Amino acid sequence: MKLIFRLATVFCLMFIASAWADEARPLHDGVAVEAQVQRLSEELRCLVCQNQTLADSHSELAEDLRQEIRAMATKGMSDQQITDYLVERYGDFVRYRPPLKSTTLLLWFGPFALLLAGGIGLFLMLRRREKSAEDLPLSADEARKVNALLNKES
Amino acid sequence: MKRALLPLIIFLIVVGFLLVGLNLDPREVPSPLVGKPAPAFSLPRLDNADKIISNKDMLGKVWLFNVWASWCGACRDEHHVLVALSKSGVVPIYGLDYKDTRLDALQWLAEGGNPYVATAVDENGRVGIDYGVYGVPETYVIDKAGVIAYKQIGPVTEAVLRDKILPLVKRLQIQ
Amino acid sequence: MIPEIGHFALILALIVALIQGVFPIIGAARGNAVWMGLAQPAARAQFLLVVVAFICLAYAFATMDYSVTYVASNSNSKLPLQYRIAAVWGGHEGSLLLWAVILSVWTVAVSFFSKHLPSAMRARILGVMGLISVGFLLFMLSVSNPFERLMPAAMDGRDLNPLLQDPGMVFHPPMLYMGYVGFSVAFAFAIAALLGGELDSAWARWSRPWTTLAWVFLTLGIMAGSNWAYYELGWGGWWFWDAVENASFMPWLVGTALMHSLAVTEKRGSFKAWTVLLAICAFSLSLLGTFLVRSGVLTSVHAFATDPRRGLFILAFLVFVIGGSLLLFAWRAPTVGRGGKFGVVSRESFLLANNVLLAVAAISVLFGTLYPLFLDALGLGKISVGPPYFDTVFAPLMAPALFLMGVGPIARWKQATLPELAMRLRWAFGISVATAVILPLLLGHWTPMIGLGLFLAFWIFATTANLVYQRLRGADQPLMARIKSNSYSWWGMVIAHLGIAVFTLGVTVVKGFESEIAVRMAPGDVAHLAGFDFTFEGVTEIEGPNYSASRGHIRIAKNGIERTLINPEKRLYHVQNMPMTEAGISPSVIHDLYASLGEPLDGGAWSVRIYHKPMVEWVWFGCLMMAFGGLLAISDRRYRLKGRTKPLPEHATEIST
Repeated sequence: MKLIFRLATVFCLMFIASAWADEARPLHDGVAVEAQVQRLSEELRCLVCQNQTLADSHSELAEDLRQEIRAMATKGMSDQQITDYLVERYGDFVRYRPPLKSTTLLLWFGPFALLLAGGIGLFLMLRRREKSAEDLPLSADEARKVNALLNKES
Repeated sequence: MKRALLPLIIFLIVVGFLLVGLNLDPREVPSPLVGKPAPAFSLPRLDNADKIISNKDMLGKVWLFNVWASWCGACRDEHHVLVALSKSGVVPIYGLDYKDTRLDALQWLAEGGNPYVATAVDENGRVGIDYGVYGVPETYVIDKAGVIAYKQIGPVTEAVLRDKILPLVKRLQIQ
Repeated sequence: MIPEIGHFALILALIVALIQGVFPIIGAARGNAVWMGLAQPAARAQFLLVVVAFICLAYAFATMDYSVTYVASNSNSKLPLQYRIAAVWGGHEGSLLLWAVILSVWTVAVSFFSKHLPSAMRARILGVMGLISVGFLLFMLSVSNPFERLMPAAMDGRDLNPLLQDPGMVFHPPMLYMGYVGFSVAFAFAIAALLGGELDSAWARWSRPWTTLAWVFLTLGIMAGSNWAYYELGWGGWWFWDAVENASFMPWLVGTALMHSLAVTEKRGSFKAWTVLLAICAFSLSLLGTFLVRSGVLTSVHAFATDPRRGLFILAFLVFVIGGSLLLFAWRAPTVGRGGKFGVVSRESFLLANNVLLAVAAISVLFGTLYPLFLDALGLGKISVGPPYFDTVFAPLMAPALFLMGVGPIARWKQATLPELAMRLRWAFGISVATAVILPLLLGHWTPMIGLGLFLAFWIFATTANLVYQRLRGADQPLMARIKSNSYSWWGMVIAHLGIAVFTLGVTVVKGFESEIAVRMAPGDVAHLAGFDFTFEGVTEIEGPNYSASRGHIRIAKNGIERTLINPEKRLYHVQNMPMTEAGISPSVIHDLYASLGEPLDGGAWSVRIYHKPMVEWVWFGCLMMAFGGLLAISDRRYRLKGRTKPLPEHATEIST
């Protein structure tokens, strides 16, 4: 019985394959709109699973929201407008790219300020060192001690 | 000596935040809608699809707007709390049946009791999106002017009702 | 009965760990040889006890003992044996036990390979590792006991999370933990050195192979995790900047800095305080990662069910270990000498600059990961910090580090000059700039990020080639002899650096040139992407051991010539009723062709996502090269413990990795 069923499936598949070797249709028409939906949903956070982007999530809400974004994109709304629409409803939490505002200044500029501070600190330290440090990589005595310790077998 | 203490100081600051963080729920997303007018809707009623219910119908009174669905497990936990609250008559509860089938929803109410003055049917979840619903059940407290005063994410427990929702409702009703 | 034996073994292990942690350290302070001598037998006894506990838990899983709560919640009778074993570390309690096992593996390894160390040093190292073990064993026994009984026993288990039922689960966590926990050795060496006041070149030399080995494991662990996510999650991503990924990446960054800094400390006696701080930080970040995962302060795909007491316990433990060691550092570091003199332009300063960049990168990742928590704790609202942020911030921080990677190994110790370096590297610079401009134009797509990525990748290739050429030049010896005349650790560095270049190239190309389509495919339909024809031949229903699946058949052809067949699956795991996607991938050196099934549509059609991922395999191959380079460096003869009587060849002390 199972075999017959399987054979039937195979025949059906062959038939279908030969009869309608068709171009696969895009899931959604409109290349520009889809690109916008993809771009946006990759930067938005799914609220149900919370650790996936809207683009990646399979949850129903994510599906609905993608649909909503698609509808807005079709109406010609800009990225900014669509993002604002979602932020109005769910808050800044939905944005994986945090908006630049007073509470996130430190987030956006902190790393670069740190880099600058690190660079300046490093330079000053190197300059000071160059002048002051004594040239004592390893004294002969120390080197002997190191080698003795390393070569000591127990 | 002073510079060598810097890593320790930074670490202790981080620990302070982590300690506070232990008592916060990272999954709870506060709604930006609190303090704003409740989004408008007009939807068919659950008991009678021909009748339309709108948020404007509730203007002038303080009401609770409870988002639920028959497929939602956590809704079962809060249901008896809502039924008891509706019997007390302190505040009217309106329901939003979110992405559900009418038959299942009616059966659910028949079994568990109906705490709602009326329930609006949000079949495709559009109104849910307007209200920023992301996890059913959710409950909104809406004042006489139609402004959202509070949002409860997750089940309404007796503690939440006693400590947060009822005092707020009383205050809003006096205004 | 068996679970009780396991439980008892853990209790005994705790007692032994206490002995191992307390007596040797006090003994070392007082010069008491007997107390110091306790360290080694205690380390070995503890190892045996923890392994017994681990075997008991594995036995409970293998025999499906659902009277053990942990087994009942993470296994199922339909679960295949290899996943029942991997399920031992599939939940919170068991992964802590894995942590403890791996810590004891490292400890016992140190106890065997530390015979040449002064006895006080060895006692302190093993003592510190014993104290860390005390924390984890106490944690398990107090609030996370994997052997807790369930009364009455469950009929069947609730199954391992289907996401974890994958070969990746067998390798990824043990590898990652070997890396995390491996940094405890460098940490223990650093603390022991601080306690004993023996921060010298010998200390750096002893620490180096351990640190490098831990780093190799961490590299492989992160790589395995990334590769697993790539084929398991079904959307072709391989790094998500998830909190837990960040938790493993931060120790990697700091560990990388530590390896390089140790090299300078060993060779030149410089940066001692900085090296010690890095050793403390690498392990501290591993512990912090454990806290972030276990406590639930951050949402993450890896978050297990949480219990506030657990969070509090780990936090207290963190304060004890990290706070204690940083306090010790603040007290002892200022007494550390400064080491050899070197110029503003010298290999030392290039290495130090790279260290600073890596540290800044690690702090930035930490900062971005914790920032939502900071804001929430201050009541300033909830935000999300995700991939767009990290991509934006991380690339500019790492770019200068990659650039310096090309210069550092070529610069002289102590004093180099910029004109000389510029002369030597002008060709490398020219070649990499030309490649960065021309190659994308040939491929038809140029963006600043692609240009920058290609420039850096080819810069590292070219400068490394220059370095190797200079070293192998001279015709007086046959080539093999010239190759052999350079130490393993030097070759290790070369390969690891080339690995970074391969990695950078892979990331740049896949980010810059990947493409995807989402199509509706009925049987017989053809989709086109990147010059390939994807013919959908329908799905067949198959039954797995504990799931049923729709298995898609997609035939791939180019210019009418058939290339391969891929089989993406959509599985439904029965116990947890959870759908999973299993991507169909045709990997190759040039590109991966990748398809995943979405939802069934009407008329036998499916929604299918097809991806073209050029050079994505290079990302992981680069990681493999780095790990291999690390292994090569460890196998260098000067680290071999036996039979080293000959004086070391001159270049063996050359800096590497």
